[in-house]
Amino acid sequence: MPANRFNGFTDLGIGIGLRVPHYRHILSKKPTVDWFEIISENYMVDAGRPLHVLDQILEQYQIVQHGVSMYFGSVTRRDSEHIKRLKRLVKRTRTPFLSDHLCWGSVDGSYTHDLLPMPYTFAAARATAQRIREARDFLEIPVCVENVSSYAEYHASEMTEWEFLSEVVERADCGILLDVNNIYVSSQNHDFDPYDYLNNVPHERVGQIHVAGHSKFEKYILDTHDHPVLDPVWKMYAHAIKLCGPTNTLLEWDAHIPSFDEVHSEALKARKFLKQFSAPAARLSSPKSASAGEEPADALITA
Amino acid sequence: MLLSPPRSPRKRRQTLAQLRRLQRVAGGVIMRPLTDDLESQRTSADGRDMEKVAGAFIKPNRRLSSFERIEIYNRQYWYRLIDSMYDDFPGLRAILGKTQFNRLITEYLIKHPSRSFTLRNLGRSLPKFLADEPRWAKPHERMAMDMARFEWAQVVAFDDPAYPPLTPDDLAGRDPSRLRLSIQPHVTLLEMAYPLDKFSLALKKQGLRSEASNAMGEDERDGSQHPGAPGLPRRRPTFLAVHRVEFDIYFKRLTEPAFRLLSALSEGKTLAQACGLVEGAATPKQIRNWFLNWTSIGWFCKQNARKTK
Repeated sequence: MPANRFNGFTDLGIGIGLRVPHYRHILSKKPTVDWFEIISENYMVDAGRPLHVLDQILEQYQIVQHGVSMYFGSVTRRDSEHIKRLKRLVKRTRTPFLSDHLCWGSVDGSYTHDLLPMPYTFAAARATAQRIREARDFLEIPVCVENVSSYAEYHASEMTEWEFLSEVVERADCGILLDVNNIYVSSQNHDFDPYDYLNNVPHERVGQIHVAGHSKFEKYILDTHDHPVLDPVWKMYAHAIKLCGPTNTLLEWDAHIPSFDEVHSEALKARKFLKQFSAPAARLSSPKSASAGEEPADALITA
Repeated sequence: MLLSPPRSPRKRRQTLAQLRRLQRVAGGVIMRPLTDDLESQRTSADGRDMEKVAGAFIKPNRRLSSFERIEIYNRQYWYRLIDSMYDDFPGLRAILGKTQFNRLITEYLIKHPSRSFTLRNLGRSLPKFLADEPRWAKPHERMAMDMARFEWAQVVAFDDPAYPPLTPDDLAGRDPSRLRLSIQPHVTLLEMAYPLDKFSLALKKQGLRSEASNAMGEDERDGSQHPGAPGLPRRRPTFLAVHRVEFDIYFKRLTEPAFRLLSALSEGKTLAQACGLVEGAATPKQIRNWFLNWTSIGWFCKQNARKTK
């Protein structure tokens, strides 16, 4: 199950994001890490140090590309320069698949550089799925789309977010990068049960999982990626692994980045859940058997 | 499995045209400048109550109104873009101070919103904006424009292409009256009114690139000054090349004749024409030594990739 056609049939284990403050440590110490995720846009340049470092990392490690500006949901003309550069990078990294977000962020050629939530409508699902298909066909590798955290909802929505995600990935026949922290953040901001979300997406399409930290404010929760992963998110992660099987997992830590060892050890906390559900009994559980309202794997967290 | 659309929808389903319109309206609200208190503006450009504007497309919840929910995105947009500009233009912020820098960048981004998938290109038009609208940098109009050009040149030097360089052998025996040389795309030639290379290095040395939050120098606008911060430089014509060697950025001072010669080459003049421009200002031996130096650091290339800077 974890290795599927949506992640290039990979079973990568636990990775962390490749970030500038860790370059020196990684290149000099060559730590054992299952894989690194890169932000594609940081390396879609012509030359210079970013590509030099990337090439050195590629000699030692598996890299998977993750993008932040494809904006599959934007109803605007596609940026051909962007996707050509992305394809050049795909060839360079030999990433087995790539991911970007289920969101919009540009309008009439102007970029917000944000991951803006979609209105959950059939028209949006159709248009978004078409763009994902076009991107995948051009890039010639599998694509996974990530659910974003959000702080606003639209009157225009015609379905729930998880129904929209399912609708898009079925129409596009693509994979899901399931960000359990984003589900948690959105569930708190929009008052829904995050386990309804987890239980009702097509688990067989999940190619990768993200975990991350967030920040609580008085009236909402912000997806800041500047903390360790909080307990409710680990609980959701355990449940997601139970539903999806042991899946490529990545810790995101993008601000106030601590030492490499601290980030890596936080990511490796995922290991106990992956091991738990790698057991034969767990593998026999069909993801379809997870029904709405099923209890999360609390016992695993407190162990 | 795809969802079946309801047979008798209670509300009309969104069309693609409506989705496009929704994104235009939401994008307009999100990219609208904040108030001086870093809040969303309460009235729209045509005088409507923004609570009503936001309420037309954003749902409220128990804790936040429609306006407050879209305000989160409005703030994030400006924080993210101004932070990105500060990363690329720390010297400019040091000259202007935080308040004036933020005002300048806001005005710049209103006229030049990001048109690229990457924030790397966000500051590309800032030197031109300062040339067109110097009032935003008053009273440091020329220094601010020079600094914007100098700092953008560093962005270019960081990751613009480097093509296979020409060697002295490639040039030997060529007819100077027909030979045109291209300069590497990562090299920017600058004629500045202030020695901003030294000022910038002094800022870096004192660790102010990452922590400067106030203006410094004689016209302190924010009322505070970093202890030990370098004063603003005095006016002195400075000719500079910003370039990359291996993977590091360097600032190379040039004499005025050397600058004129390189500028002429970058504009497409032949070698003979370019050298003719500095006749009397430099000896043949000096010119030969310049070329030996420039070819040794790989400034000339075969591709005609020179950009106007």
